Amino acid sequence: MDVPTSTTLESPAPGLGSRPPSTGAALPPAQPGAVQVDSGPPPAEPPLAEPPPAEPLVDRYHRSTGRTADRIFRLATGACALSVAALILVAVLYLVHGSVPAFRANGLGAILSPVWDPTNQKYGALSFLFGTAYTSLIGMAIALPLGVLTAVALVEILPKALSQAISLAVELLAAIPSVLLGLWGIFVLVPLVRTVEIAIYKSPLGLKKLPIFAGPPLGVGYLSAGVLLAIMALPFILSVTREVILQVPSAQREAAYALGATRWQAIRRFILPYSWKGIFGAGLLGLARVLGETMAVTMVIGNTPQIKASLFASGYTLASVIANEFTEAPSDLAISALISLGLILLLVSILLNGAARIMLLRLSRSHGTPQEVK
Amino acid sequence: MSGSHRLRKIQGRLMEGVCLLAALLAVIPLFAFMWHLAAKGASSLTLNLFTQLPLPPGEVGGGLKNAIVGSLVVVGLATVAGIPLGVGAAVYMSEFARPKVASSLRFACDVLSGIPSIVMGLLAYQVVVVRMHHFSALSGSVALAFIMLPVVVITTQEMLRLVPHSLREAGHALGIPAWRIASSISLRAAAPGVLTGMILAVSRVAGETAPLLFTSFGNPYLSADPRQPIATLPHTIFTYAISPYDDWHRLAYGGALVLVLGILGSTLLSRFILWWHRRSLNV
Repeated sequence: MDVPTSTTLESPAPGLGSRPPSTGAALPPAQPGAVQVDSGPPPAEPPLAEPPPAEPLVDRYHRSTGRTADRIFRLATGACALSVAALILVAVLYLVHGSVPAFRANGLGAILSPVWDPTNQKYGALSFLFGTAYTSLIGMAIALPLGVLTAVALVEILPKALSQAISLAVELLAAIPSVLLGLWGIFVLVPLVRTVEIAIYKSPLGLKKLPIFAGPPLGVGYLSAGVLLAIMALPFILSVTREVILQVPSAQREAAYALGATRWQAIRRFILPYSWKGIFGAGLLGLARVLGETMAVTMVIGNTPQIKASLFASGYTLASVIANEFTEAPSDLAISALISLGLILLLVSILLNGAARIMLLRLSRSHGTPQEVK
Repeated sequence: MSGSHRLRKIQGRLMEGVCLLAALLAVIPLFAFMWHLAAKGASSLTLNLFTQLPLPPGEVGGGLKNAIVGSLVVVGLATVAGIPLGVGAAVYMSEFARPKVASSLRFACDVLSGIPSIVMGLLAYQVVVVRMHHFSALSGSVALAFIMLPVVVITTQEMLRLVPHSLREAGHALGIPAWRIASSISLRAAAPGVLTGMILAVSRVAGETAPLLFTSFGNPYLSADPRQPIATLPHTIFTYAISPYDDWHRLAYGGALVLVLGILGSTLLSRFILWWHRRSLNV
């Protein structure tokens, strides 16, 4: 081992002992690791006998490559971040721009007319607004109680392994594309719903006289679409609600049990009241998700622009009419009208998502633990 | 007292039973769906499905080669565009941005991920199709990239957050410039998690249909040209599923099985990577 003149400088770092003296000498004692960053060996200088000035290598490095590279990197990643955030704004602007001709030709009031007849230039969106609201409502009416009760079962009742298996199954359900659920809907769900509808139609109680059960039992219609939407919303509602219930402090539970509550009483009186805000947020998120669902709904709703109170009637939604008529639109004005329907969907989903996220964020902040929602 | 005690015990058992029933109901759709698909699609899952073009209805046989190739092209292009942009944004958020900026960016991504996919399709139509004056695979990729972006950003950022701060501090102590800390320390340590995010993002958009209806449009012939309309697997499944022909239904089921196996497989794979990564990080 050749001993450099400035041995004392590098003695703390064992690996540096065999370094050529020139590199070792240029090193301040505090940053032995900086050697690894330094790619090129410094210009050949005679080994220094005295300790070098306090800031040579690191600072030289910063001044030459580090600072510029840092700036470029920061700028590049910042541009990525900005473009992601700007995407929302870009979407709103482009869709507003696209729907201007329709608004100009028909006025904003046309949205509330029930007549949709593109060949005669009538672009009333009321039946689609109704269809979207009605199917979403059916979907949420099924998915919300089911999701909350399941979340309670997963967190409070079932053993951990089983509850993890169920969570996994429901998460996989979330990964299944809408169009495939629609395929299943056409060939399995619609016939099933039709059987139920026929049973109600024929029932001796005269159920078919109720307005929500009126009309012929076709299978396709609001009910089938609502059930499919419930299946699609369930994973979202379940995962958010489960997180919310997991956040309930265990002191809350213990207090309940100390008062002699049964498990159900603890759930009903202590855990659910503690989480209702989060459950509401979960509902909003689920609603935002189902409002824009397109493929599955399009495949089972019957695609008829009409407004009917019956669960059995066929209908149409905002997203389905865009999907079905966009490529067959008879005029530029029709395209513009369809884009304006998309604009409605966009604005509603931004509002709902924003509200839900703010609610959940506040909630997790007040509970003190970070909450992750996919 | 004991009477009321017994009553509330019975009531409790009853309601717990209702909860368990709900949990059972929640898993039924997945199994019902998979069972149906396997029963109907298994017979169409032959080599022909991957190597032949679709035949007109009435002729037995044929495959979905054009749709499978098309999906690979469209999703591949979207991935090439979406992932670097998303990872870059996530790196900025977790490494450079001030907490307030980072949380507002995160909020924007959360909102973005909730925007209906068909609306993103309309955006891609306005941005690309209107300019090119015709439908193209490229416009479909743009739509899918828009949908993919927030997913990539959110998962990557979560994974970067798992990297212990002490690692970054060690880098700073060594005088390593910030960009090297971000790329060689944070991203490197989070690599398996970032990979998970990519897989999830790709599998999320691979099944998207609505935004492709009026962007990539579909094409009965084999094409891999990004400037031309192209067939995609989900879109072809949709067209065939709503057709009245049994032969096309069979093809739709075969394609559906391929798609769902790919998506569920990659979802499971990503979960496994994540589990393994978290275990190695000890979080």
